[in-house]
Amino acid sequence: MIHSLFLVNASGDIFLEKHWKSVVSRSVCDYFFEAQERATEPENVPPVIPTPHHYLISVLRHRIYFVAVIQSEVPPLFVIEFLHRVVDTFQDYFGVCTEAAIKDNVVVVYELLEEMLDNGFPLATESNILKELIKPPTILRTMVNTITGSTNVGEQLPTGQLSVVPWRRTGVKYTNNEAYFDVVEEIDAIIDKSGSTITAEIQGVIDACVKLTGMPDLTLSFMNPRLLDDVSFHPCVRFKRWEAERILSFIPPDGNFRLLSYHVSSQNLVAIPVYVKHNITFREGSSQGRFDLTLGPKQTMGKAVESVLVSSQLPRGVLNANLNPSQGTYTFDPVTKMLSWDVGKINPQKLPSLKGTMSLQAGASKPDENPTINIQFKIQQMAISGLKVNRLDMYGEKYKPFKGIKYMTKAGKFQVRT
Amino acid sequence: MEVGFSVGAVRTVLASAENLQLTLKTELSQEEQALTNTNSNPKDAEKAGLIVFSGLRNEDLKEMLESNKESHKLEAMKRVVGLIAKGKNASELFPAVVKNVASKNIELKKLVYVYLVRYAEEQQDLALLSISTFQRALKDPNQFIRASALRVLSSIRVPIIVPIMMLAIKEAAADLSPYVRKTSAHAIQKLYSLDADQKEQLIEVIEKLLKDKSTLVAGSVVMAFEEVCPDRIDLIHKNYRKLCNLLVDVEEWGQVVIISMLTRYARTQFTSPWKEDAVFDENNEKAFYDSDSEEKKGQTESKPYIMDPDHRLLLRNTKPLLQSRNTAVVMSVAQLYWHLAPKHEVSIVTKSLVRLLRSHREVQYIVLQNIATMSIQRKGMFEPFMKSFYVRSTDATHIKTLKLEILTNLANEANISTILREFQTYVKSQDKAFAAATIQAIGRCATNISEVTDTCLNGLVLLLSNRDETVVAESVVVIKKLLQTQPTQHSEIIKHMAKLFDNITVPMARASILWLMGEYCERVPKIAPDVLRKMAKTFTTEEDIVKLQTVNLAAKLYLTNSKQTKLLTQYILNLGKYDQNYDIRDRTRFIRQLIVPNEKSGALNKYARRILLAPKPAPVLESAFKDRDRFQLGTLSHSLNIKATGYQELSDWPAVAPDQSVRNVEVIEPVKEWAPLVGKAKQPKSDDKFYSDEEEEKDEEESESSGSDDSSSSSSSSSSSSSEGLFYDFMLPCELHDTDSTSLLSLYLFINLLLCLSAQSQVTTPSFSPVKTYELLHHMSGKGLAAKYHFPRQPCLYQPNMVAVQVILTNCSDHSLEEIHIGDRSPASLNIHCFNTIERLEPEASVTVSMGIDFSDSTQAANFQLCTKTDQFSVSIQPAVGELLMPSSMTEEEFCKDQGKLLGMNETSATITMATANTSSLAINKQLLSVANVGVVSSSQNNIHRFAGRTVSSGALVLVSLELRESSTALLTINTEKSIMASMLLRDLKQALAMA
Repeated sequence: MIHSLFLVNASGDIFLEKHWKSVVSRSVCDYFFEAQERATEPENVPPVIPTPHHYLISVLRHRIYFVAVIQSEVPPLFVIEFLHRVVDTFQDYFGVCTEAAIKDNVVVVYELLEEMLDNGFPLATESNILKELIKPPTILRTMVNTITGSTNVGEQLPTGQLSVVPWRRTGVKYTNNEAYFDVVEEIDAIIDKSGSTITAEIQGVIDACVKLTGMPDLTLSFMNPRLLDDVSFHPCVRFKRWEAERILSFIPPDGNFRLLSYHVSSQNLVAIPVYVKHNITFREGSSQGRFDLTLGPKQTMGKAVESVLVSSQLPRGVLNANLNPSQGTYTFDPVTKMLSWDVGKINPQKLPSLKGTMSLQAGASKPDENPTINIQFKIQQMAISGLKVNRLDMYGEKYKPFKGIKYMTKAGKFQVRT
Repeated sequence: MEVGFSVGAVRTVLASAENLQLTLKTELSQEEQALTNTNSNPKDAEKAGLIVFSGLRNEDLKEMLESNKESHKLEAMKRVVGLIAKGKNASELFPAVVKNVASKNIELKKLVYVYLVRYAEEQQDLALLSISTFQRALKDPNQFIRASALRVLSSIRVPIIVPIMMLAIKEAAADLSPYVRKTSAHAIQKLYSLDADQKEQLIEVIEKLLKDKSTLVAGSVVMAFEEVCPDRIDLIHKNYRKLCNLLVDVEEWGQVVIISMLTRYARTQFTSPWKEDAVFDENNEKAFYDSDSEEKKGQTESKPYIMDPDHRLLLRNTKPLLQSRNTAVVMSVAQLYWHLAPKHEVSIVTKSLVRLLRSHREVQYIVLQNIATMSIQRKGMFEPFMKSFYVRSTDATHIKTLKLEILTNLANEANISTILREFQTYVKSQDKAFAAATIQAIGRCATNISEVTDTCLNGLVLLLSNRDETVVAESVVVIKKLLQTQPTQHSEIIKHMAKLFDNITVPMARASILWLMGEYCERVPKIAPDVLRKMAKTFTTEEDIVKLQTVNLAAKLYLTNSKQTKLLTQYILNLGKYDQNYDIRDRTRFIRQLIVPNEKSGALNKYARRILLAPKPAPVLESAFKDRDRFQLGTLSHSLNIKATGYQELSDWPAVAPDQSVRNVEVIEPVKEWAPLVGKAKQPKSDDKFYSDEEEEKDEEESESSGSDDSSSSSSSSSSSSSEGLFYDFMLPCELHDTDSTSLLSLYLFINLLLCLSAQSQVTTPSFSPVKTYELLHHMSGKGLAAKYHFPRQPCLYQPNMVAVQVILTNCSDHSLEEIHIGDRSPASLNIHCFNTIERLEPEASVTVSMGIDFSDSTQAANFQLCTKTDQFSVSIQPAVGELLMPSSMTEEEFCKDQGKLLGMNETSATITMATANTSSLAINKQLLSVANVGVVSSSQNNIHRFAGRTVSSGALVLVSLELRESSTALLTINTEKSIMASMLLRDLKQALAMA
């Protein structure tokens, strides 16, 4: 399956290599570099590249390319999914997944990669198992290890791998037993010029942070489970129970994990929480363009729209922008032509606006297309689909856990065409 | 304190040493370059330089590795691993590193393993030093140590140790720990890639591991199967159903591998479910809604297709995996449905595939590729999700083009206006490559949907005045193709394009316009010669394709309008004659011979007009994904549209299904499981639990030292005496019982005892009474209520045609359960004698109740609901065929007489091979009675064993006779009217007797 892995940074240097079978020369990456040169943007490098003897499958995360070398037929998604899992693990272990973090922890990285694959086939990818095998580095532990010469490798052997619940380690103990669930919904939408919605859908996830002693068996029920149209579960969720009763029943992994991701059925009309009034014009012959943008809330059920960020890729002809925000700050990068406006919170009494002029290249013709506006925002304490958790029960353990549920709505890929 | 200090000191020294080396290195590399210039053999010099340098660098590492302090060694190994990670050579440290292989420190050991696996191939002799350590570790009592030893041993790619590896793999494959067995499955692939000659032996191990029931092993062994012997489909037959049933519990990576293997398997074993669908489609969905009578008529007309239950099993068991969080699993289920499911079922995968589009860019890319292929054949599947494929300005270019492709595939009369409106936005995109792709897509829509051809054409003509060259060029090319399909009405457009000609510089677009002029020169008689005139001026500076088309245009005009263009043509042909490109020279010579009549030109001249101005078929604008369906979806080959190495073709459906019975497996239960409650009770496995239970393995693990031989022998000895077995049967409920229901129980026991005593006089007592308990309800799914059942093999108290079943109810929750009773049953006609409602069951308490079920002599499961005051749980009891019998007493003569009446159709027989341990009459009786509840008929012949029974429900006679032949083969004959039962019983008995 996966033969080797090369990590390539943004400037095209291989800074880590790992082989699970015979060594493959790093010159195989030349084919990757060729493809990288041909691509205009880093994202445009094709994920699957054939070479005479191998196939290269790569993912780009945190500006690092993870290039896997494959020798024969294998489902490409298998490799891609695995590589993303590797990145997630690194992030989990080191907090960030950057070149520096990987280089600093090269031994842990190597130990992890060694455990995750055997002969190119995934062995232990569950974070709970890995953490039993190799303890994540913390500042304290690093210091203690330096002094005492002890190690990051777990002394005990992992028991989770053999148990009926491989995602949970045994012997978990907490003094404060807590279980937190975050219901986060993202709105993906395309709004057309006139303000009407072309497409809008809601995707949600329930992320959990569970710190409970022993082997708790949890059930989570919803007030309106019918809303959930298409779901995908963490392996811990008992599927049959869901099919029969629409109840999530599971023995949770220890720590942070994504319990569920769902899609709200497209029959439901999606409430769009913000609107944009825009007037972006370029005049033929003139070297000036007008830029006028106003944001306003709608259908937010009285909740404030926060952390609003507007960004837009202006046409190539724009040299500079001279704008005046009513609140927040804006930046314009004359090289990438990226305009971003950090609005903050929308005050319904005084709508935020960004007005001014753009200077265009002299003599250049009027751009064909007006820029698309991407909007990010957050609304706390509300799930836009109306999904509500009914109750959370725990079986199998005697103590009373502290339970918390938080709702949030965010913009996903929220675009306004102008 | 002192230690801490010294370590700290060493670290600082080391750090500074490292810095020093770094500076040294740059200087050295400059020197190296200088050296290489002078030296006759530059490569050697470079190596020498490197060795000198690395020797310098590694000297201290070597020292540290050889020091006595563990921490020094560890520090050194960490740095060595750092070198390996950077791709630097650290091979000369091998002797120093390999010494530490037996270290007590786990981290040090692991790092040494990393090193060993990396360099063993290069230092084969030295690597052998470490082998004995691993061999010792393979015998370690700890399963993780055994597993990791095998892992490293098999990863060392040294051909000399192949026999050792082989031995280790074979041993590990029989290990009690499933984790070690999993490791051995991985090792199989490693050994195979090291030495392919071991194939035959490895296949034997694979065959053995395929039988493994652990979910841990399943994925890995199927992977080994795919790598070593993907063509040995025959190995799968017996394990097919087991794999299907285990699938949900296998880890996600194993699921992907198993699903793709099962897809291939199913295509060779089942008949196509698609033919019938064609009929279904023709009936135009009517059949679906229409009255039953009509449906029946339709069925009688065409022979109905009946899906193999195994085929259905696969589809049913993979469906829940669509909800997996692993995108690879979802994709593999989607491709399974695409390749195996009846057409109208495929669409259940749509939603899940669309969900994957929310994932990472790379995942989107692969999924969109697959959707593109699917959407060509099945528009309807994705049409409701059309808006999910709308392009966002932030998508990567390859994602955008794929989405465009899918939108084009989905276009039909109903949605074309929406799609075209969307396309209009895309054409204006700043990403010009994408805009060009959109224009092509518009062209495809226009040819596919005739209603909008004109609209599209007009839209495209407008684009001709676009400022961007690529957009204009693409439009010209697409317009050319569109005009070809309906040239009659469009001379205006051609004129318009001729006007634009001067401003267009993209060669492909110019060539297209020239071609259009030539092809339709009769429609634009005035303009065409003028264009040719202009071309004559610029001919020499044009691109090759433009030149070729100029020559073509000249030739066509010469034939239609020679008066105006004769000279021009000759001029152009002359230019072409001396062109640098031989294609153009070639074409020029050919055209000249063809159109200009002279004595040399042959008969062709007459046909010149017909050749050049022949009506040409319009080009078909097709999807680039048209031919991708030759590859299995989701594969690398599909993604690249090239056959990748190691790609396994998906075979076509067989016309006639191969033998289905090859997949039949008897429920083999290990002998020790039959031990009547001597040891601790084993947890039985059940299918309806969500998590598969692996406690069994753990139990084995605990009693590892005792060994399996012992336990089986002890169990056989204890089970051979009949009365003991019976009494255990009665003792069991007492022991488990709770005080509350003692009175009820004692009554029950009393009746049972009486019945048993009376039975002893009429019916032959079963000489073996197995207490095999089955899970009815797991306490997890039963909210604390657990239920197990077993067949006591006694006549039922309530009605003679019922099978007695004893159910043990246990309360595993922390509160008492109330009103436990039996609720609805299905089929509704099912005749069950329920136990009385249990008012209250305290926590930790259990109660045994008996029920009677009339199975009507079939092994169909009895489904019913087990209810408490608050909840209802659906449970089912499926009897083994042997449990549907009761023993019958008869003499040998009676037996022979009855047997004589049940010949022909009523006789089923087979020659079987028995395990040598089973040849004694005691063992035969034991094995046979363990499977079927029949009575022994005393026999006068030593080599024939006879057993008699009646079916519980209808009382039909079932006569079993076993005639021993030479060398442990035997003829097994079953005489009964119930032929289905006979064949099932035969199968069960055959298996029981075959195993030791």
